[in-house]
Amino acid sequence: MLEPTGMRAARIIGVGSAGVSLLEAMNREEFTGASFVAVNTDAASLAGSTVALKIHLETKLLRGLGTGGDPERGRAIAEEQFATLKTACEGTDVVLIVAGLGGGAGSGITPVLARAARENGALVLAFVTLPFACEGNRRQQQAQLSLEQLRAVADGVICLPCQKTFKLIDENTSVLETFRITGELLVEGVRGVWRLLTRPGLIQIHFDDLCALVRNRHSESAFASVEASGPARSREVVEKLLNHPMLEEGRVLAESDAVLVSMMGGKDLTMAEVNRVMEQINRHCEHAKVIMGATVDEAMKTHLSVTVIAAKQTGALPSAQLPDNAAESVECADTSASRTVRGRRVAADHVEGAPSSGFSLEQREQALARHGSARGRKAPLKPRQTQLPLQIISRGRFDKSEPTIHKGEDLDIPTYIRRGVALN
Amino acid sequence: MFDVSSIIVGLEIGTSKVCAVVGERGADGALNIIGLGQARSRGVRKGEVADTTQAEEDVRNAIVEAEQMADVEIRNVYLGVTGGHIRGFNNRGVHPVVSADREISGDDVQDVIKNAKAINLPTENNVVHAIRQHFFVDGQDGVTNPVGMLGSRLEVDVHVVHGNTNRLQNAIRLVKGLQLEVDEIVFNGLASSLALLTSEQKELGALVIDIGGGTTDYVVYAGGVIRHTGVLAVGGDHVSNDLAYGLKVPLSRAEKLKLEHGSALLDEKIKGRTVTITNELGLPLKTVNVEHLQRIMSLRLEEIFQLVAQDLEQAGLYDYLRAGVFLGGGGARVPHIAKLAEHVLQMPVSIGQTNSISGLKSALDQPEFFTAIGLVKFGSFKTAKRAGKASIGWGFKNPLRRFLQRP
Repeated sequence: MLEPTGMRAARIIGVGSAGVSLLEAMNREEFTGASFVAVNTDAASLAGSTVALKIHLETKLLRGLGTGGDPERGRAIAEEQFATLKTACEGTDVVLIVAGLGGGAGSGITPVLARAARENGALVLAFVTLPFACEGNRRQQQAQLSLEQLRAVADGVICLPCQKTFKLIDENTSVLETFRITGELLVEGVRGVWRLLTRPGLIQIHFDDLCALVRNRHSESAFASVEASGPARSREVVEKLLNHPMLEEGRVLAESDAVLVSMMGGKDLTMAEVNRVMEQINRHCEHAKVIMGATVDEAMKTHLSVTVIAAKQTGALPSAQLPDNAAESVECADTSASRTVRGRRVAADHVEGAPSSGFSLEQREQALARHGSARGRKAPLKPRQTQLPLQIISRGRFDKSEPTIHKGEDLDIPTYIRRGVALN
Repeated sequence: MFDVSSIIVGLEIGTSKVCAVVGERGADGALNIIGLGQARSRGVRKGEVADTTQAEEDVRNAIVEAEQMADVEIRNVYLGVTGGHIRGFNNRGVHPVVSADREISGDDVQDVIKNAKAINLPTENNVVHAIRQHFFVDGQDGVTNPVGMLGSRLEVDVHVVHGNTNRLQNAIRLVKGLQLEVDEIVFNGLASSLALLTSEQKELGALVIDIGGGTTDYVVYAGGVIRHTGVLAVGGDHVSNDLAYGLKVPLSRAEKLKLEHGSALLDEKIKGRTVTITNELGLPLKTVNVEHLQRIMSLRLEEIFQLVAQDLEQAGLYDYLRAGVFLGGGGARVPHIAKLAEHVLQMPVSIGQTNSISGLKSALDQPEFFTAIGLVKFGSFKTAKRAGKASIGWGFKNPLRRFLQRP
């Protein structure tokens, strides 16, 4: 019942049409121990899904037409059916939410669902996509708004702007193909995280650690997954990684401030290889907090596969946040404290042997304690706060004149602020 | 006392000051500056009129001062214009030579230029300048005067500077409201380059960056012709504003600090030094870290040069600038600015000098007057041409004639 790393039954929930089709795109066999749930307002999309558990959110309000791209409706209906969503998240430790933000269902339901899952005591990690730029401003704004809300409630959000996949496609790529590639990237990310968490590893990481890393940090991520085999595989993997279009020749790594590396190899995966790969990656992202895990899967044989998720922070970083995150930084050996707490808790679960029924009061308290520090810290660090300074930068004497916009940058704002130069 | 037609006045309505320069063309065609009037500008933001009443008053003061100094009555001015809406680009016009003997006539030249000017501009935009670069006869490059040559196909490259009609009209109307005639409007960057560059430098290739109060205008010459122009609506005002914001002092105080302690590069010596601001009674109000001041300033100025450099790189003109870079405008007075520019642009940079003009020398060789002097110079070229036109009967109609005569 228990995975070796101490992860209990996890649930992967696809929300909205995009989320549901992303579930379809996943190779379910790889995700042993996970159960899948599809949530949507649109009956047609659910009908096409092969997922066992489907939740169709429907009221008279929608007249069977879905949300019509309005997140408010999505939210309203999700709030209305909050109990249903909560039941769907019952009995799990970890909820992975997969959704495409920008539309009605994805943007509206996802934050509510994340809240429901957390209220059930589960850790929530959301994988979301942001719409393509050509989908229009409104969808973009809806997506951003939803992302903000999601970040406030979820333990971690990994978000992939679809626009980034433009680097992977050429002139002749069809729309269908483009969406498939985007989906694949996201699924790849989910898979990487999944492996990291579930497979027996040379170097293990915990879900807590992962969440601590991505929490409150970033607004967009880049994904890259590469594979190689043979004796020189570690070198080859690094080479491929740095040439990956999503990582822009390693530039993305340099800019990102949280990098997750998931390595998977066959039984012959050596520490030296892990070391070699990590050395290279670390060299490229000096400023980032790197979290890594190496796992072994016999099915990989001589292959070595590396998945990298690089999260970049946009907007000003409140300086108070840095030491916090540094404290929970994710060297392989630290966080032993959280691990012991976890281990005890898992053991308790094991003894009780009650995986699905609701949490006892004690368990809940424990869960709260587990999140306690994170939550307590989280409240004052909401991303909203990080964005405030942008709005209150006075334009001074240019208040009433036309702003000087150069390549999307408002040049009237002092240069040192735009470049983030600190005046000590 | 003077023949009115020999008096040329350049008027620049800048963001920080309004400046009128009076020049006199001697009988031999030499230009002599005989008067200068200036007033602090209050009604202009980013190079464009924002408050008509105040701007009008400032212009009047400047003109009156210039009139008194030169002892002339000013009726016509060459008006400098700038602003973020002004753009420059190169365009080519083609004209087939149809005459039987294939000889290119003056009419052919006029036609090809007319074609080159027929540009697809947005309706609300108007051409400020259309400057000839080169003629091509049957693809042969570098012809400066094709009249009398043989060929079947005549082409011409022009550099077109255009801007938003209404915004240009604002300044023109303001001047006209003061019972002054606008002879022509001239892009400020072009005027500065006329004042600064010698023909040799134009031939070698040079970049003129005029860092004004509200805008930074730049012009690239190569092979003796204008290749590129640009306006960045960022200038000294931005520096002051950054300082006011960063040091948390009022704007007027920031302006003063900029003048007294500003530098384009961080001085090693100033590390940790502070200045105490006092109020009018001499009581200390606030202590300002000079290092912060210079860092804020340095970053802003660096960015200005970086943006210019990016633009030039995009235009592919970086390798043509063999004579180097010349700085003008009030921004050129910032200590170490040439060094900073050299660092960013990676080529020799110097503060410009107006060598080619006589009269009032010491008062005039200041970077902030380059534009106004250039306007006078532009005017003197035009009058020379007009005088020549009367005798030869060959030339081009001013593209702006109609535009300027609008009410």
